[in-house]
Amino acid sequence: MTEKIKIKSKNVNVYYGQKKALDKINLEIPTNKVTALIGPSGCGKSTFLRCINRMNDTIDICRIEGKIIVDEEDIYSTEVDPVLLRAKIGMVFQKPNPFPKSIFDNVAYGPKIHGIVNSNDELEELVIYSLKKAGLYGEVKDRLNDTGTSLSGGQQQRLCIARAIAISPQIILMDEPCSALDPIATAIIEELIDELAKNFTIVIVTHSMQQAARVSQQTAFFHMGSLIEVGRTDQIFSTPSQKKTQDYITGKIG
Amino acid sequence: MNNLKKIEYSLKKRKRQESRFKIYGLLGIATAVTFLCIILSSIVMEGKKAFLSTYIKLEVYFDPDIIYTNNDQKEEDIKFANFQKIIKNSLNSFFPEISDKGELRKLSNFISSSEEENLMKLVLKNKQLVGQKITLWLLASSKIDVINKNPDMELIAEEDRLISDLELNWLNEIRSANNIKSNFNKNFFVKADSTEPEQAGIWGSLVGSFFTLFITLILSFPIAVAAGVFLEELAPKNKFTDFIEVNINNLAAVPSIIFGLLGLAIFLNVMHLPRSAPIVGGMVLALMTLPTIIIATRASLKAVPPSIREAAIGLGATKFQTVTHHVLPLSLPGILTGTIIGMSQALGESAPLLMIGMVAFIVDVPGSFLDSSTVLPVQIYLWKSTAARGFVELTAAGVMVLLSFLILMNGIAVFIRQKFEKKW
Repeated sequence: MTEKIKIKSKNVNVYYGQKKALDKINLEIPTNKVTALIGPSGCGKSTFLRCINRMNDTIDICRIEGKIIVDEEDIYSTEVDPVLLRAKIGMVFQKPNPFPKSIFDNVAYGPKIHGIVNSNDELEELVIYSLKKAGLYGEVKDRLNDTGTSLSGGQQQRLCIARAIAISPQIILMDEPCSALDPIATAIIEELIDELAKNFTIVIVTHSMQQAARVSQQTAFFHMGSLIEVGRTDQIFSTPSQKKTQDYITGKIG
Repeated sequence: MNNLKKIEYSLKKRKRQESRFKIYGLLGIATAVTFLCIILSSIVMEGKKAFLSTYIKLEVYFDPDIIYTNNDQKEEDIKFANFQKIIKNSLNSFFPEISDKGELRKLSNFISSSEEENLMKLVLKNKQLVGQKITLWLLASSKIDVINKNPDMELIAEEDRLISDLELNWLNEIRSANNIKSNFNKNFFVKADSTEPEQAGIWGSLVGSFFTLFITLILSFPIAVAAGVFLEELAPKNKFTDFIEVNINNLAAVPSIIFGLLGLAIFLNVMHLPRSAPIVGGMVLALMTLPTIIIATRASLKAVPPSIREAAIGLGATKFQTVTHHVLPLSLPGILTGTIIGMSQALGESAPLLMIGMVAFIVDVPGSFLDSSTVLPVQIYLWKSTAARGFVELTAAGVMVLLSFLILMNGIAVFIRQKFEKKW
């Protein structure tokens, strides 16, 4: 592949206490593309995703070996501040988790704590821009002071996306963002992911192979803590090179 | 028997089990409610009498010969005048037939000794009264008050009764002249303790309780919240923090009198803080309340869903920002509820305060954190252990005041929980 590589993992092993959750993961994720991580439950795809922005640091028993390189820099080296890293790498979670604050404050929170904006006007502009980017502005423009939790599930998830892009990260990690949503909300989010891929590098964990096929350009298949196969999405779903991948996408294992 | 039959058979058994269980539950609740009603009604029946006191109407003659003993009509004379004699003479004029000195003394005991001072103040304010005869309602002494409020006590045999047959006859004469009435007992709400039941009030110990609880709150709340947040959010999970956690939980179960002994040993004997003072009481109760608030803080921090923390951390908030911006505000209702419950525990606590001398007989309403004072439960205990019959009603009334405060505080706790708890 000729694309520019944004994230590169080298021999990443992850342990939860004694249990090995990921085994020698080598994966390259291209810039401004959507990479889907698929695989059965417990295969380690979410664990890998959470390694990219060091969310696993918050788990005491989690231990990581190997290197994850983002923009030529090993994010696990001692010079890297995980807080700064997470400002660069946004995350959207499985269950929509807006703060129990107003819609405006939800989006404004990131820019506020990082001191990105200088004035209230600038902040408002940024909030509106982010909500528009997340395709939510039209639905909420009259009630920016309502609490974020009063929105529907799909709207909440788009609010979380707006919140993530408000601090203009370069990478957005999505951990099964549609698993709690109905098909219509899912379709809206998928469209949004397509749109976002123009500006952001997106890594998405999904259980739905149709979703992976629809939104991603690259797909990586995980099984039992190992990366089985990675390649162009159309290729993975049409002519996988590994038997296990074949079995998974045809529903024989999972 | 086929399976369906078996299920049908076992279902009957299960249904019976269920209804039996329901009955046990109802019985339990009924028992608890019955006892509660008995306790509350007996307290209210007894205590409500303390909110009224008895007054006797007298024609008081401010005899210049008694007041101005030196004939120079100075204020000093009024201050040291024998108002007891004035009251005695007034009573005597209502019962002119009594002349025996002993009987007269008994008669003058109908009126509370506090009225001597009240009359003195009345005359000081208005010197024109000297030489005049005016009609006044004077506070009856406690034994007359008790007899007047409890008519069934008149039926008791004379040797067991509070007053003799003679005194009872006098009382009945006063009654038939319509010279007796019951009025709101203001003393109870404005005075501190006294040896005379009709002059004793709850206000002194209420103020003492307020001072004590204030100290408890400002000491225990910040310390406990800081400790709880540190243990729950920031401390590494290791043997040492486990050890601290176990000990905090144990501390919550330590009998409160132990804290009193600690206060006696350290605050009084080592630090030489004043005895019987609300500041020391507050410190002792703060020690006792700390574990309660720490445990409540940790429980409500734990109850904040991890998704909120992840959202904040994922956005690049620091640990401190995550806690102060999101976790703490969300857990505040729980923390406040725990605090108020700890406070109402402290309000009802007497044992540790006995150890540091807050059990003293205090006749003045405390004015500061360093003044000697007592607190509500200790005041109740003191009244309960006093022999005079009038204190029985005061004790019950004191319990009513204490209970009202507990209900008020718990009501606030419920209100905070309902009002500020966020749902997501």
